[in-house]
Amino acid sequence: MTDAPVRDGSGRWPSALPDDPGFDLSGLTLAERILSVKAGRRVRAGEVVVVPVDQVMMVDSIAPSALRIVEEELGGVLQYPERVSVVVDHVAPASNVRVATTQKRLREVAREKGLRLFDVGRGICHQVLMEEGLARPGWVVVGSDSHSTTYGAVCAFGTGMGATDIALAMVAGRTWFRVPETVRVRLTGDRPTGVAAKDVALEIVRRLTADGATYASIEILGAGAFGAGERMTLANLAVEAGAKVGMVAPDDALREHYHVPVWLEVDETASVTGTLEIDLSALGPVLSVPFQVDNVHPVAEHVGVHVDQVFVGTCTNGRLEDLHEVADVVRGRSVADGTRLLVIPASGRVLADALADGTIATLVAAGASIGVPGCGPCMGRHMGVLAPGEVCVSTSNRNFMGRMGSPEAEIYLASPAVAAASAIAGAVALPDARGGRAVRR
Amino acid sequence: MSATNRVWRFGDAVNTDDILPGKYAPLMVGEEVFQRYALAHLRPEFAAEVAPGDVLVGGRNWGLGSSREYAPQALERLGIGAIVARSFARIHYRNLLNLGIPAFAAPELVDVLEDGDRVRLEIERGRIVRLRERGEEALGLPPVPAFLQEVLSEGSVLAFYQRHGRFPGEDGSPTAPAD
Repeated sequence: MTDAPVRDGSGRWPSALPDDPGFDLSGLTLAERILSVKAGRRVRAGEVVVVPVDQVMMVDSIAPSALRIVEEELGGVLQYPERVSVVVDHVAPASNVRVATTQKRLREVAREKGLRLFDVGRGICHQVLMEEGLARPGWVVVGSDSHSTTYGAVCAFGTGMGATDIALAMVAGRTWFRVPETVRVRLTGDRPTGVAAKDVALEIVRRLTADGATYASIEILGAGAFGAGERMTLANLAVEAGAKVGMVAPDDALREHYHVPVWLEVDETASVTGTLEIDLSALGPVLSVPFQVDNVHPVAEHVGVHVDQVFVGTCTNGRLEDLHEVADVVRGRSVADGTRLLVIPASGRVLADALADGTIATLVAAGASIGVPGCGPCMGRHMGVLAPGEVCVSTSNRNFMGRMGSPEAEIYLASPAVAAASAIAGAVALPDARGGRAVRR
Repeated sequence: MSATNRVWRFGDAVNTDDILPGKYAPLMVGEEVFQRYALAHLRPEFAAEVAPGDVLVGGRNWGLGSSREYAPQALERLGIGAIVARSFARIHYRNLLNLGIPAFAAPELVDVLEDGDRVRLEIERGRIVRLRERGEEALGLPPVPAFLQEVLSEGSVLAFYQRHGRFPGEDGSPTAPAD
């Protein structure tokens, strides 16, 4: 285990990227700027570049394959083991002897090779890397999980890859990219009370559609009023529009916590392949209806649909502010008979904070079950798998057929507040004036 | 005459949970057997009946969703000869090519290929030959981008890296990290 990264004297995460790249970056998008600086030359969308990787992340379900490729096909030597993180989150804790045996071996290899290991209960990979400062503005972060776009919340070039690419990135210390075109999303207007970052993210996916940003970088402008966790929600769901990366434009709020290289800023003269303007003031709470994420509709259209299980958690919406939203709705009330409420904090730190401020007590008093920080039932492996015919309202990111278990189950994706209201009602519901925030539609 | 294969046709937006559901990941069911669950939710008979060299045809956005390489790996284990779709999702497309599974974005072929068609895959000649009652019909495959052709020429991206010690398109000198 290598030394943990540290913040600088001002309490900010340093960058390690040069402030002066030594060449002109004007007229380039965020993605082009990052890949240009990493490649050491000015590159444009469509070019193929090979660039150094600042952080490689892999999870328990993929790491065994990636490490086997490293050993059997690539000679076993990692270029920068200190830049590799292993997170045990996808089946954590182990659900059976097979998984336990695989994870035991994974821990051994991680120690042997000097990788950073975040074990059971530390949390979901993306949440953990952000908490640990292992994704920073301008960094190239590749993860063995498609929601690695989450790192774009701090304007890192974060993207998901398969086991072979992850193995190569570990061994070579670099990887190849086709420099992506950019789709610019501009958020305008004031966000009404009751409209969550999740609603905004789903609106982006609805407008772009599930393949509307395929191969592209999404640049998100106008998110200044969104908190750090909310920005993670926005960047997280960029992949559901097919994007390679989803980057929130750097601003002063980001600079409070990170050193942001001076060249890492939006250039509105850069050429993009599409622009999308979203008037926040016109939005309301929405659901993503089975079985596609871009199948987004107002919650009001589905109010009353019986719900067997409500799941609050995941890399999309398992953070402290999400748990606060849920607590505000369920405080003093009870989960409906015939409905289960599972709450799985995104990380051990989130759990500790939610315990300390009383949120967990509020949730438990309302009848919620609290799970071990990790991915939970999001991909249908354990801790809340669905039976045929069951309906789940989930704060997660995918409602694909069979995603959480039976292909005959249905998953509605929603914000934490809508999920909480649905748990209380036992059916799809909007938070009312009594619980949580009033909803203005 | 060389062996012929069948076309398995699917619709739009076949996602990675369709191709290999998460609950049947190698971690869950074992490294040796996970391919038996390929496309299990959409076509339960598929894994048992598919033959090496068969061609999958899909609609828009084939492979959206997860980065799980075991999804295309399951198709590789089953010997899929090629995937033809209107369009591909990014991570999955990269995974397919890394594994050396030919993937063609070819809407004009998707328009005409039907489930159960008998075909002869001739990638080197840039075509799929469909066998019909009245004879053969050659259908052109789109060219693979040069960068990806480099990968496929060595069989997989791993084979390329092993042989050349670099990535396709990369000059001989390894790029030094910025820090």
